[in-house]
Amino acid sequence: MTMIEAIREAHDVAMTRDERVVVFGEDVGFFGGVFRCTAGLQKKHGRARCFDTPINESGIVGTAIGMAAYGLKPVVEIQFADYVYPAYDQIVSEAARLRHRSNGDFTCPIVVRMPTGGGIFGGQTHSQSPEALFTHVAGLKVVVPSNPADAKGLLLAAIDDPDPVIFLEPKRLYNGPFDGQHDQPIVGWKKHPLGEVPEGDVPVPLGVAARFREGQEVTVLAYGTMVYVAEAAAERAGVDAEIIDLRTLVPLDLETIETSVQKTGRCVILHEATRTSGFGAELMSVVQETCFYHFEAPIIRVTGWDTPYPHAQEWEYFPGPARVAEALRKVMED
Amino acid sequence: MTDDYAPLSLNVPEPEWRPGDVPDFSKFEIPRAGAVSRPPVDVEPDDIRDMAFSIVRVLRKDGEAVGDWAGALTPDELREGLRHMMTLRIFDARMLNAQRQGKTSFYMQHLGEEAVSCAFARALRPGDMNFPTYRQAGLLIAGGYPLVTMMNQIYSNAEDPLHGRQLPIMYSSREHGFFSISGNLGTQFVQSVGWAMASAISGDTRIAAGWIGDGSTAESDFHSAMVFASTYDAPVVLNIVNNQWAISTFQGIARGGVGTFAARGHGFGIASIRVDGNDYLAVHAVAKWAAERARRGHGPTLIEHVTYRAGGHSTSDDPSAYRSATEAAEWPLGDPLDRLKMHLIRIGEWTDERHTQAEAEITQTVIAAQKEAEAIGTLAQGNIPLARDMFEGVYETMPPHLVRQRQEAGY
Repeated sequence: MTMIEAIREAHDVAMTRDERVVVFGEDVGFFGGVFRCTAGLQKKHGRARCFDTPINESGIVGTAIGMAAYGLKPVVEIQFADYVYPAYDQIVSEAARLRHRSNGDFTCPIVVRMPTGGGIFGGQTHSQSPEALFTHVAGLKVVVPSNPADAKGLLLAAIDDPDPVIFLEPKRLYNGPFDGQHDQPIVGWKKHPLGEVPEGDVPVPLGVAARFREGQEVTVLAYGTMVYVAEAAAERAGVDAEIIDLRTLVPLDLETIETSVQKTGRCVILHEATRTSGFGAELMSVVQETCFYHFEAPIIRVTGWDTPYPHAQEWEYFPGPARVAEALRKVMED
Repeated sequence: MTDDYAPLSLNVPEPEWRPGDVPDFSKFEIPRAGAVSRPPVDVEPDDIRDMAFSIVRVLRKDGEAVGDWAGALTPDELREGLRHMMTLRIFDARMLNAQRQGKTSFYMQHLGEEAVSCAFARALRPGDMNFPTYRQAGLLIAGGYPLVTMMNQIYSNAEDPLHGRQLPIMYSSREHGFFSISGNLGTQFVQSVGWAMASAISGDTRIAAGWIGDGSTAESDFHSAMVFASTYDAPVVLNIVNNQWAISTFQGIARGGVGTFAARGHGFGIASIRVDGNDYLAVHAVAKWAAERARRGHGPTLIEHVTYRAGGHSTSDDPSAYRSATEAAEWPLGDPLDRLKMHLIRIGEWTDERHTQAEAEITQTVIAAQKEAEAIGTLAQGNIPLARDMFEGVYETMPPHLVRQRQEAGY
């Protein structure tokens, strides 16, 4: 099953078991979404449960908040994470704070899904990774799956969650894993073990990281597409890296991170997003605070550059296996 | 190149009067009471386009209730309405004073706008939901929400239902159909549409009411609310309270004055009505009409309540710095309390003596509530919610990082 099919199935399972789950966004209804993540849902569950919206992100999230206050469980789509900004006020000022400011009188169990990340020649506005804009907001949970099985399980858990969840889907991974070796043929999920998705209602708990690859020499903290890049880079560098797929950025699974870093004594942090004040800075701070005496080398971040995401220079921007391998070698030499 | 074109210049609208000027409202068009007829609730929005440019009014200058929109309320209900408005005004005066005395940090009064929220509240049913701004406390007072609880919130004391987390007057009461108030303007307008959509999705018969001020209609979410309400025919009443002022900015900056705020509904095919916001009977009748329309599945209604913000914007504001001191007195739609009082007296259901007596009684009730709330505590004297509490309710279950921070803070 592809990640797209897994996401579609998570919607279907949630809508089938709970009438309060409603799904909407731009092109989400009849057409089934520009990435097909909601294909067939309108036909199966009816137009009142899965429908198209006007092109208005603030309206999509704003109405979802009103619906959640009523008692529904809206799962809404922002067509690209690059276009979430018109909804930022509703997400930050309203969804994130509703429970706290009303002392639980009103709550906001919504899921805001959005395709994220680069590596697809998407240019400035189809490639961004805005996760740090959400991890900085108290009251939000932030999830980034890296494979179909997790995408389904985490989405089911997000829909179940009583708090607002920002669900970032790396669109580069929709049809198959991608390790940054863009000159190599693409392999689909159907031939990958993580393309095997459990049937039915099997949530993957939020706030729990996964050890993507076990290793002894260095801990790599990554999420989304970067876990595959890390794997390819470790092979290229000949380093026995332990790759942690964070899966949930907030709340963060600090225990898994700590255990790994204290074992390896080295840490490399990866993300596609720009560096300055990116989520990597937070990761760097928490591992420094909790593992300082275990470190044998300075922590290294490999990230997107502090520039808008370019078009022609895609592979010079995207933190691919060559750059990551170099960081792995460097951290081993330090 | 030629010089056929004169240099362009920027249009920056200015109010007609500034401090020191004498206001002259003679150009302000006020239809006579009873002039606007009452259409059926299933009317096509297109068929009542003129209502967005007129003003529904019931009370004549002499206090007589006239026209199609009159007669919806009994004398008992009208007396109760007057009592609600008086309570809100006295409550405002006491809380304004409490802020001046340093008992709380902030307050916003409703002076001159009491009819809007008090009369509207009567048109809703239990289970309906308002998405108010910070200037509709009449919805709570007319809905029977305890004054002491309101004051506890204003004082951020130990019995504040919001546990001291919110700025004064940002009330929340699901039970009383009053959605949690946010400081961010316009956000709730589109949320009200979502709530109404949810009621429709669920096959319910409850409706929502959205609220926004004239200034905030310029916010993007005003537009978002209109397009979503129209697209999905949501059972919502969208209220614009045009009190002429957004802090120091006159309504012309939000582009009132070129057309009306109600007229904006036309572009979305939404039934749009202007009402005299200082006429308790008119506000109630129009609200009831719009609520009925929504409840019967005929879709949204946009109501522009034409009123005047007689008081300062907030306790942090001094209107004498930007508008004429006599403007409120000159405002042609008068005072909502005086007008309802005159009507009741005219129909023989009220007297000056009863009014004076009611005023004294209500003042005593509000003072008693204030004493009770102040005995619990005020922001100034302490007995505020526990510091530990600020970590609660960020999420349903406190995540590990917040537990660590709470411990770090020593709680």
